[in-house]
Amino acid sequence: MSMQDDMAVRVEDVWKSFDHGRIEVLKGVSLNVTKGEIVALCGTSGCGKSTLLNVISGLEDVDRGLIRVAGQDVVDEKTRIELLRHRIGYVFQFHHLMPDLTLAENCLVPVIAAGGGKAEGLARMQELAVATGVAHRLKQPVRELSGGERQRGALVRALMNDPDLLLCDEPTGALDESNREKVFELLLELVRSRGRTLVLATHDPELARRCDRTVRMRDGRMEGEGI
Amino acid sequence: MVFTNLRRHRVRTAIGAVGIALGVATMLSVVGLLGGAVKMFERILRSDAEMVVFEKNVSDLFFSNVEVTVADELEKQPFVKEAQPVLFSIITAPGRPVITCFGIRATDGRLKKGEWLQGEAASFKDDGEGVVLGERAADFLNAKAGSSIELGQGTYPVAGVVRMENGFENGGVFMPLAACQKAFHKEGVCSVITVALAEGHESGEVKTWMMKTHERLTALENEEFSRSYSQFKIMKTTAWVVGGCAFLLGGLSVTNTMILSVFGRIKELAIARVCGFSRGQVARMIFGESLLVAAIGTGMGWALSVAGLYALREVPQLQGYIDPQIGSTELIGALGLAIFTGLGGALYPAWYAAKLKPAEALRFE
Repeated sequence: MSMQDDMAVRVEDVWKSFDHGRIEVLKGVSLNVTKGEIVALCGTSGCGKSTLLNVISGLEDVDRGLIRVAGQDVVDEKTRIELLRHRIGYVFQFHHLMPDLTLAENCLVPVIAAGGGKAEGLARMQELAVATGVAHRLKQPVRELSGGERQRGALVRALMNDPDLLLCDEPTGALDESNREKVFELLLELVRSRGRTLVLATHDPELARRCDRTVRMRDGRMEGEGI
Repeated sequence: MVFTNLRRHRVRTAIGAVGIALGVATMLSVVGLLGGAVKMFERILRSDAEMVVFEKNVSDLFFSNVEVTVADELEKQPFVKEAQPVLFSIITAPGRPVITCFGIRATDGRLKKGEWLQGEAASFKDDGEGVVLGERAADFLNAKAGSSIELGQGTYPVAGVVRMENGFENGGVFMPLAACQKAFHKEGVCSVITVALAEGHESGEVKTWMMKTHERLTALENEEFSRSYSQFKIMKTTAWVVGGCAFLLGGLSVTNTMILSVFGRIKELAIARVCGFSRGQVARMIFGESLLVAAIGTGMGWALSVAGLYALREVPQLQGYIDPQIGSTELIGALGLAIFTGLGGALYPAWYAAKLKPAEALRFE
């Protein structure tokens, strides 16, 4: 297996600015993540962690530089859509579930987007819901779920199309201490048991320590590895 | 997703659908009522005849002058079974400024079709002055057979009262042709001649004869007449334009609903994009929602217009005047406008939703 084949994410000299170049957020960032690796992006708020996740997933365009996910250059809309449908799962700090829909309806959105089969989708949802402990809440509207249940639901949604890469932006940031620990443990277990790759943005050193590797960011640049 | 989204926002969906429903109901009602009026007027003209003869290039049959002798000439032709002159006019009575007046011969079959409530058909004579009133006319003129009524400049004996199916006839006055000509200073002329063809003969024979003998006049089959008569065309066009405008106004509510719908769930749309929805899928979802709202509105509007027209038809004062015609053309027209409105109303919201940048939209407050 070549090094290229082994790479889940390759970020090379990526620059990203906002407000017509007035606010530079990423300044020549490079990062390689191998398949099956769990990488924590650490740094203070505003250092560029979320933006880096967004450019990796194609949600934001880069000013310059190279982004490659699962061997595909993230250059056009078609590639981005394909990656988001089949290769990338995304979990946000806030669950971003639709409150009026049931948890099940929310979880099926990625299946609908990818044109997947309903029976297959339902089976996968059931499996993931059991694994995350929300199977009994699938038929409930999201507004009736607790914060921890919502975030678990968001995790189920992100894994519905069995992505190779999971991007998590402060996934436990909005949870209380007890739920934070449970959800994070669950996240690591799901990713490790399935051999998936995880890139996680966090400013919590405790959580970062439990990842395979930690990358520190500061003011839009890679500062180094380790806590 | 389309059904789910509409179900989630029931009030918003209902408002959009009601807007369309009112538009559809207005359109179908106006088109139905005016279409019915046209059909009613057509039936007055036909009266068991296949053709109508009138003066060329007149904008309104009230202004058509045809010599009655033409009817007599026509009746002598082998291709004509019967030719009946009819003089249309508007007459006044105390407290009633507008009453439709039909100057006809006693041999005209239309009075025989009515149900005689007072008097009898034999009492309506060509050389007499006795008039026959439609049931409603007798009612609002407070007249009965044997009494006299003031019409225009004269006083006429009432020869009978008939119940006619057609509202215009039921609310009108039938006057002997000669008396009618005298009352309106139109001696020797009528407005139209209705022509019934002899068995085995074609309308072309009447047309050819008319062209050869009376260049000033034209003979048209009933269908041709309905298509070409400018008053009918104006009425039908007016109905579609007024109805269409009402519909488009209703359509604005769909646009408004869809704009509110998109602006109210920008984050949701962004999440859909993060979950793999393409721009096209997002646009199709918005168009689908809009079309569904329009379809629901069309169904509601159809039901509303049918119920409304049925109720109107049952109002005693309007009986006979309302004969709504909501056929497949009207329904297809309404459905076509619904699709047009649904798609048109969703254009901007769909474009806006499709161009949303997910990362920016997720930051939207």
